[in-house]
Amino acid sequence: MPPVVESSLAVKADFPIFARRFGGRELIYLDSGATSQKPQAVIDAQAEHLRSHNANVHRGVYALAQEADAAYDGARRKVAAFVGGRPQTTIFTKNVTEAINLVAYSWGRANVGPGDAVLITQMEHHANLVPWQVLCRERSAELRYLEVDERGELSLEALERELARGDVKLVAFAHVSNVLGTINPVAEMTARIRAAGALSLVDGAQAVPQMPVDLQALGADFYGWTGHKALGPTGIGVLHGREELLERMEPFLTGGDMIASVDLQSVSWNELPYKFEAGTPPIAEAVGLGVAVDYLSALGMEQVRTHERSLTAYMLERLGEVPGLRVVGPPEAERRGGLVSFTVEGIHPHDVAELANRGGVCIRAGHHCAQPLMRCLGVGATARASVGVYNDAADIDALVDALQAGREVFGL
Amino acid sequence: MDDLYRDYILEHYKRPHNFGELDPHDLEGLEHNPLCGDELGVHIRVKDGRIEDLRFHGHGCAISQASASIASEELKGMDLDDVGKLDADWMIELLGIPVSATRRKCALLNLKAVRGAVTGDNAWPS
Repeated sequence: MPPVVESSLAVKADFPIFARRFGGRELIYLDSGATSQKPQAVIDAQAEHLRSHNANVHRGVYALAQEADAAYDGARRKVAAFVGGRPQTTIFTKNVTEAINLVAYSWGRANVGPGDAVLITQMEHHANLVPWQVLCRERSAELRYLEVDERGELSLEALERELARGDVKLVAFAHVSNVLGTINPVAEMTARIRAAGALSLVDGAQAVPQMPVDLQALGADFYGWTGHKALGPTGIGVLHGREELLERMEPFLTGGDMIASVDLQSVSWNELPYKFEAGTPPIAEAVGLGVAVDYLSALGMEQVRTHERSLTAYMLERLGEVPGLRVVGPPEAERRGGLVSFTVEGIHPHDVAELANRGGVCIRAGHHCAQPLMRCLGVGATARASVGVYNDAADIDALVDALQAGREVFGL
Repeated sequence: MDDLYRDYILEHYKRPHNFGELDPHDLEGLEHNPLCGDELGVHIRVKDGRIEDLRFHGHGCAISQASASIASEELKGMDLDDVGKLDADWMIELLGIPVSATRRKCALLNLKAVRGAVTGDNAWPS
């Protein structure tokens, strides 16, 4: 008997996209790791902002501009509070990729040089790999990788060994791997990194949408995440940074809004967080993200985590029934976020996704922007099913049925 | 019957024709599908301006592997000048199945590698 799904949030009705039909069939969406669907409240909030409160921020004296200011700053306060951060150290970016690039450019170019090392892990998404590779190449520094073991996990001892070499300036790693699903021991890692005198940057893109995140408890120097995976709009990401670091850093992008005053040959920077928000920011998107975190808070992040963990346990159990299916990453749902990557013997992952689509099920196939990890795993690609607050056990059943039917198509 | 995964497509996928490497060879091409990490390489032996023999290698989905396998039979003996004139329609028609926009890249990966090897034009089919 498959495990009973402890908690189903039963919120599908809040997400209007599930009213759509594809060839008469319901939408079975198991690709939330790529982007989440949006609740009606978020869609309405963005539309309402554009309809009734739209003006540029930080410049207008008229009532409408003040409404826009209040909406934008209010969204920042909500987003900061959602993860236990402070508004002045919560910077809105385009996405988590831009958040990481901000640190790699503003902090990295000033603090990493020849003889230094940046340490990342084999499980990083390209967003948390390429910016460091480019930095290290440019600054003649060394980029080193923490290995992923056969369970898909990192080793704290290996981290300590790397830090003991004394040249590591920064360690960047995912909170939750977008391929393996592994939940990394962030607090244990940041404590060791801090003790070694290095900085830490955590990519929280897969974590913030599905588990309680408390920046104080995690202890990272920089923590980035993205709105669109957390029920919010695309075009907005978040970087939280330690205040004294952000104060000392030069801006990443320059232009309007991020200045205090400009002379012909000189400029002084605006205060935090505006120093890092050049140009007109994503205002309506911030409003939408503010409502998205309200929605998640109302569900309760502990309940969201319970929901995702039990669905993941159910998914692991049921996928195990498919002959030839191999799951990558930790075998226990407790050590995973809400996603499972897998291969099916005799069927290429692209075909697995195509066959799932025959059953109306949306899953992703490919290298998931983690080509070095794919090489470690010895596969060119995997299929990946990932869950959100709106999924239920029936969605997983539909995936398993589609995979079983797909095996028959392939004569397996 | 399945529209995409017809029996002959799956047959070519499971038992591809002309799969492997060819040493020595005169021409070679290698292409990646950046979306999925698939990789397809070709080795070509030339005699009198024609493809005397050819092998393809790498890994990919049923569509890309079947395309390469089916095309390999047609390409053998073909004049190099004619290879340079082959277009996407030739490959899709030869494949004989409806190919969606996302799977088109899979279907054309082999021809892209072959054309690159023969003409040096790696930009095709942009």
